[in-house]
Amino acid sequence: MTLMRGALLVAGKDLRIETRSRVALQQILPFGGIVVVLFAFALDADHTLLPRAAPGLFWAAVLLAALLAVGRSFGVEEANRARDGLRLSGLDGGSVFLGKAAAIAVELFLLEIVLGVVVVVLYDVALHDALILCCAALAATIGLAATGTVYGVLAGGLRARETLIPLLVLPAVTPVMLGGTRAFQAAIDGAPHDAWPWVQLLTAFAVLAVAAGVVVFGPLLEEA
Amino acid sequence: MLGRFPALAGADLDVETGEILLLSGPNGAGKTTLLRLCAGLLPLRAGRAEVLGIDLARDRKRARASLALVGHETFCYDDLTVVENLRFAARASGHTDADADAALERVGLRRVADVTHGRLSQGQRRRLALAIALARRPALLLLDEPHAGLDEQGRAILEDVVRAAPAQGCTVLLASHELDLARRLATREVRLVAGRVHAAPRVSAEAAHA
Repeated sequence: MTLMRGALLVAGKDLRIETRSRVALQQILPFGGIVVVLFAFALDADHTLLPRAAPGLFWAAVLLAALLAVGRSFGVEEANRARDGLRLSGLDGGSVFLGKAAAIAVELFLLEIVLGVVVVVLYDVALHDALILCCAALAATIGLAATGTVYGVLAGGLRARETLIPLLVLPAVTPVMLGGTRAFQAAIDGAPHDAWPWVQLLTAFAVLAVAAGVVVFGPLLEEA
Repeated sequence: MLGRFPALAGADLDVETGEILLLSGPNGAGKTTLLRLCAGLLPLRAGRAEVLGIDLARDRKRARASLALVGHETFCYDDLTVVENLRFAARASGHTDADADAALERVGLRRVADVTHGRLSQGQRRRLALAIALARRPALLLLDEPHAGLDEQGRAILEDVVRAAPAQGCTVLLASHELDLARRLATREVRLVAGRVHAAPRVSAEAAHA
């Protein structure tokens, strides 16, 4: 089986599980929404600060929700030792990585669309450059999903998975938080020239994270 | 390894193609460890193990392509249906939906094909695990306590599968505490005690006369 066919098989499986269990819809999405609303309550006293802080608050909410998505993705592999089934299947580790990362990325994209609407409405943010927003969101989401997937498999087999994943993932995705926030801020300010270097940083991070994941995921799945 | 102690030590064993080998022994003897080692799910810390002519220390992933394990757990996803779990496992191992559907029929789970794994009874889960193993068309079938949780019909299906295996060129390693049932199937029995092959191999009378 080719790398991409295996990846599609795994991604389809993960998305079907999420569609049926509705954990993403009923838990992860509301969690992201609650975080955004709490930030609004916390900063509401200063009406000028909220729109300015919106990009950072948006990406902080996405990061926190992404931790749940990653934990959930590897939680289903631990139940009934499905992870051993993946190992026995003969699927290439790179395929499993790409499939799981793609499924997480799709969930995060949908989450970002909903949270984006909430932020625009609640934080009173005016968007000027949709192309930059889309490019930055695409690159940031891929980098976030890929990094989360690598650390997810590393912590997946451990009993301390729920606490270990945030501890491992959050420092590693600092470039996503930084690049996403700066690119979004520039897009909101209508300064595209300031945004593109951050989009390039996000793209480079995403490419590195995906490449590293394809290489290291298989051994981590075997040994972790 | 179990802590600082080796789970298996001195387990010197050769299994011929087409054999149905019963691994018996008390709890903690190393039966499950031996099966998981043969399946390539545990690393070999010392010694040498070959499965289907493939050195496990060198290429356990290649060895896995030709074997199937029915373990204590089903390796399934609770939110996928029986047929979805089965087809995913078949496709992932390079087999077809037709292989999956044939296995589904063989274990008698057609009636619950659209029920999610999480809602199956224990016995139905065991049958599904067996179906997943069959869909892989293995040359080596590893069965760890396969009778557990199965009703009479399930046990009959299991016995049919195991008895038919040698004719299909499939070797079976069977670990069980249900010795009366397992000895009816086995062509040879090996007793493991504290990680060692403890008793001389002997041919089970009923299977030898079959």
